[in-house]
Amino acid sequence: MALLEITGLEKSFGGLHALQGVDFTIDEGEIVSVIGPNGAGKTSFFNVISGLFPPDAGSIIFDGDDLAGHEPNEITTRGIARTFQNVRLFPNMTVLENVMVAQHCRTKAGLFGSVLRTPRQRAEERMIEAKAKDVLSFFGTRLAGYRYDQPAFVLSYANRRRLEIARAMATEPRLLLLDEPTAGMNPRETVELTELIGKLRSERGFTVVLIEHDMKVVRDVSDRVVVLDHGIKLAEGSYDQVSSNDQVIEAYLGRPAERNGGEG
Amino acid sequence: MNLRKAVNRGLITGLAMSFIGGIGMVTAFNGKVLIEPIVTLGYAVLFALPFVVAVVSTKRVVLEGVETEPYGWGDVAMGAVIGLVGGLLTAGYVILIDTIDVTHTFPDMGPPTVLEMTFHKGLPVGLALLAGGSLLAGTLGGAVRLIPERARSALFVGLLWVVGFAFFEPVIEDMFEFARVVTRFIYAPNGGLNGVAAVIIFIVVTGLAYRFQGGESVLRTRLVGVDDRGRSFPTKLALLLIGVGVVVLPMVLGGLVNELLINVSLFMLMGLGLNIVIGMAGLLDLGYVAFFAVGAYTTAVLTAAQSPTWNPELGWWAALGVTMVVAVIAGILVGTPVIRMRGDYLAIVTLGFGEIVRILLLSDWLKPYFGGAQGIRGIPGINFFGLTISGVDPQLFIYFCIFFVAIAVVVSYRLLYSRVGRAWAAMREDEDVAEATGVGTVTAKLLAFVTGAVLASFAGALVSAKVGTVFTNSFDVLVSLIILVVVIVGGMGSIPGVMVGALVLIGVLGGPRSPGLLAELAEYKLLIYGMILIVMMLKRPEGLIPSARRSRELHHEELTQDAWLDKKGQFTTEQAEEVPA
Repeated sequence: MALLEITGLEKSFGGLHALQGVDFTIDEGEIVSVIGPNGAGKTSFFNVISGLFPPDAGSIIFDGDDLAGHEPNEITTRGIARTFQNVRLFPNMTVLENVMVAQHCRTKAGLFGSVLRTPRQRAEERMIEAKAKDVLSFFGTRLAGYRYDQPAFVLSYANRRRLEIARAMATEPRLLLLDEPTAGMNPRETVELTELIGKLRSERGFTVVLIEHDMKVVRDVSDRVVVLDHGIKLAEGSYDQVSSNDQVIEAYLGRPAERNGGEG
Repeated sequence: MNLRKAVNRGLITGLAMSFIGGIGMVTAFNGKVLIEPIVTLGYAVLFALPFVVAVVSTKRVVLEGVETEPYGWGDVAMGAVIGLVGGLLTAGYVILIDTIDVTHTFPDMGPPTVLEMTFHKGLPVGLALLAGGSLLAGTLGGAVRLIPERARSALFVGLLWVVGFAFFEPVIEDMFEFARVVTRFIYAPNGGLNGVAAVIIFIVVTGLAYRFQGGESVLRTRLVGVDDRGRSFPTKLALLLIGVGVVVLPMVLGGLVNELLINVSLFMLMGLGLNIVIGMAGLLDLGYVAFFAVGAYTTAVLTAAQSPTWNPELGWWAALGVTMVVAVIAGILVGTPVIRMRGDYLAIVTLGFGEIVRILLLSDWLKPYFGGAQGIRGIPGINFFGLTISGVDPQLFIYFCIFFVAIAVVVSYRLLYSRVGRAWAAMREDEDVAEATGVGTVTAKLLAFVTGAVLASFAGALVSAKVGTVFTNSFDVLVSLIILVVVIVGGMGSIPGVMVGALVLIGVLGGPRSPGLLAELAEYKLLIYGMILIVMMLKRPEGLIPSARRSRELHHEELTQDAWLDKKGQFTTEQAEEVPA
């Protein structure tokens, strides 16, 4: 059975139809890229799945339950975590705290436990910290050691992106939604992150959906590519299938493929 | 020297001097003698103006790589001009209010002010003294920077101590009740430092400060870590000393100072509660006084024999248990409807809630239960091993206040570094992202409201036991605002900051209804609160003792630059790290 099964997803903002009946499925252990020109509805797609906006119509079946219209924190608790296109960390909290917050939905200590410092709460705190450090170790030494206690805003751009992925990982999701994880990175950093996305599956067992503009990354990591344009799914298939699809080329380049071929 | 600038500043100074004279501040403040017989608080404030303006005006902005003009006689001249222009303008103003009678509209701009401003010496001599004094103060202000740095800061410390001794006269007299000899030597019989004692204190302290310069920065680096989790041995020792001091001091201090400290601790308690709501969770609550009122009234109804309609006459501690439950319910009731509101909207709505509670308690509708404008009388006090302790016994009562403040401090610290505290911090930074990260913001907000409400209700329960009566007019908007000022001035989100804020503001200036150390300030308290708030916002927006998170927030740029330097101080950039081995 598919891990996430979306049928007929619709979302409009006033007269703008961001999503017009999108169908999408992903199986456990897959890495799927969502591509499309600017304004195609990719980020809206993520926002609706993660609960930031409720969908107008359609169903989002995750692991057997319909998540449409649920609160974002409930959806995160069910096991879908995301990153944001324009990195949104908690800039004044430290690197470690940023990741520790993400354990919120997996832990229980409340007011009384925290105030009384019960043995259970202390054990839980140690567990949270260990877990956070483990997640950060996924990025080698880049976010480790003295970085733990640095506020997030001092990090370089690439490190902020890494930290955001770490924060999403720390919610212990089954499905990770990465919104342009390599945007703004230099070629070397991009190559490194491409490898890491592969490891997200092979080492940590996450299922990954990513929005990406860098076609090299898309080609290297994805099992399957979904193309969106004007809120409609244009094509779906392997990278090679999609990249030779006439409609896709038209959407990207803005003119019919055969005329292009005819002139050349 | 820039004459235009000097005259400009002088005119501003003159306006300020005329203003504080015109609102009767000089007259009122002259009730407090600082140094017998000449220096009174009113004149000190009056002549501090040209001095401070001159000091500030001669300050140079030092830019790297740009040659700045060295300090010289030009600065002294500038100070002199500022002082003279300010003094002459003020003198002109005094002549004006002496000749034209405006007392029907501005009651303070009349003969008493003229008399004080001319030093009771008649117009010609008095005005000459006024202008001359201002000229002298301004000149000194301009000359300050000619003194070498080390001597200057030593002189400043000496001055601070003299002012401190003068301000803390009631405290010191209270402490040395048993040894009148000491205080008789330092203080004049009818108030104020003895002239000789003042000079001795000044010389001794200045000398010591000059000799041991730099020592305090070592101490400061040791104490700065208090906000952090890993506490070093010196900070532990300092905390222990503070603890012992807190236990011993009330016994040493007399009734007057203890009374004052009770007020301070009540505001500490409420400040710490509001700090959880605003500083940690970022919910701007302007109706916080409502929870204070709920606590006070619940305790009153449950314990007072004269409580109308229903009087179970419970003991104070039993009532406290019920009060906590009621506060939790109140927190949820106020919190639930505003859960989806943010920022300004939240502030306005909570402001409304605060007033609603007060007006309900005052209303005829609930008069049978809460006594309306008459309030509730005859609250017995705190029952403690057969004793009943109330405000008439401040030396004992303060220990209960300290106990609850200690609870608030522990609760605050433990919550700050816990799952709940992190959720609040995340919510304060970015509510949408916090929610997407799995933080249930509805629960987190309610928890913040409820915790804050319970701490305020403790303060309410204490205040009703202390005073023995509760009236609605002790719970107006002003109380909410003063608590907010305490939190802002102390440092939002900073636990030691809020406590210092309460100590400084409530202790020295006084709360909305209680006098502080300087009882003479009473009438101008709110004006001074406003001035302190403005100065703090301009000069030190993160508060007296800032919390780590908040000062990061306000100093992003500087920190980002520092972060390029790694721990050893070597210059390493992230770019250098990116090079693979």
